[in-house]
Amino acid sequence: MVMQVTFNLNGKQVSASVEPRLTLGDCIRHTFAQTGTHIGCEHGVCGACTVIVDGDPVRSCLMLAVQAEGSEVTTVEGLSNDEYLTPLQQSFRTHHALQCGFCTPGFITTAHAFLTKEPDATEERVREVLSGNVCRCTGYLGIVEAVLAAQPAYRK
Amino acid sequence: MKMPKFEYASPNSVEEAVRLLAENEGSKVLSGGQSLLPILAFRLNYPSLLVDLKNVDGLSGIHIGPEDVRLGGRVRWCQIGDDKRLEAAHPLLVSVISNVAHYQIRNRGTVGGSLAHGDPAAEMPGFAVACDCTLTAVGSGGARKIAAGDFYTGALETVLEPDEIITELSIPKWPVDRRWGFQEFSQRKGDFAIAGVTVFYDHNPKGEIQDAHVGVIGAASVPMRLQEVENLLNGNRLTGELVAAAKECALRVVDPMEDSQISANYRRSLVGTLLSRVLNGTAGH
Repeated sequence: MVMQVTFNLNGKQVSASVEPRLTLGDCIRHTFAQTGTHIGCEHGVCGACTVIVDGDPVRSCLMLAVQAEGSEVTTVEGLSNDEYLTPLQQSFRTHHALQCGFCTPGFITTAHAFLTKEPDATEERVREVLSGNVCRCTGYLGIVEAVLAAQPAYRK
Repeated sequence: MKMPKFEYASPNSVEEAVRLLAENEGSKVLSGGQSLLPILAFRLNYPSLLVDLKNVDGLSGIHIGPEDVRLGGRVRWCQIGDDKRLEAAHPLLVSVISNVAHYQIRNRGTVGGSLAHGDPAAEMPGFAVACDCTLTAVGSGGARKIAAGDFYTGALETVLEPDEIITELSIPKWPVDRRWGFQEFSQRKGDFAIAGVTVFYDHNPKGEIQDAHVGVIGAASVPMRLQEVENLLNGNRLTGELVAAAKECALRVVDPMEDSQISANYRRSLVGTLLSRVLNGTAGH
């Protein structure tokens, strides 16, 4: 069985014929060649593949591509262009919030959607939200600092 | 970690979804997919067809009525946290559900999905059993109401028929001055609990505990209430001696399972510890 799916990916309408079993994460990478989204554990534990669907950060390995029909999907590529880093990305750089970088797109998409909704979150809340993403390099301290330091950019 | 092949449908009504389930042997309901899709990634199940409820209207509402709080089957965890009315209407629900999984999963996981999946350590099934909730399931034979206490028959096993969909959970209304507490313990934040304990009770005019409910998750193949502990609490005042006796009783009546990482003895001990912490916490709640 092959199905047609159409959704908005980083501001562009995209369409493809896919098998229902194809995850949204694999569809973004293999069908649409947007490889910023990293696929880690493929069973919903590591958070590396997080993308933003209709404003909510979700694990793209736990969503089928066909479920994204009609949705707005934002990946790390959709947050900035090649000219500049967003304040959140710059903050990750400033605070040494990454080393190998594999987990970083998942942290950035999660933190971006989260700070958009909750720009005044406490450190405790930031830590609670980031607990859904695994990083094996940094020990998390730099990531927590980077997210907290980026908060002013999300306040209206 | 690629899923097995299956067909996919996203009907617009419960009736159409039920028809698809009834006509296709081996079909499964897809709600939030946060348990089902990992199962498929591990190839622990090979459904012929996934019937996605995402286009079915009327399943995503939270209704607070005079007699009960009703959650639609497709209510997501994040909705429960965001609905400020629930802090007064059912503080225990808000507290329990705040422990479910991680941020991203909470944006997709659903009440009906968790109830139907029936993980013995999951919060929603344990809450439903502890609070005497009633599920509504719709299938080819029409709608029926099922008491949560009768719903679970084993680990990941329920009385739900293959063509039935959970459309609603009814939670009995919550008195304002009810005492309550919930605690669970997991090795990492957001993991399934090794065990968790819910307690709530009211006071009779003499200031004694009445209508005690003690629920436990992770301590058996199904979420359960500890009726012996409830009987011991009812008619008494909360004292250190009563808490100690309740803990002793809980250690005696739970019969936890053992797995490769957690021994039965550890789980039993954890239930006792959590119960005494929760009971002591209710003194000031």
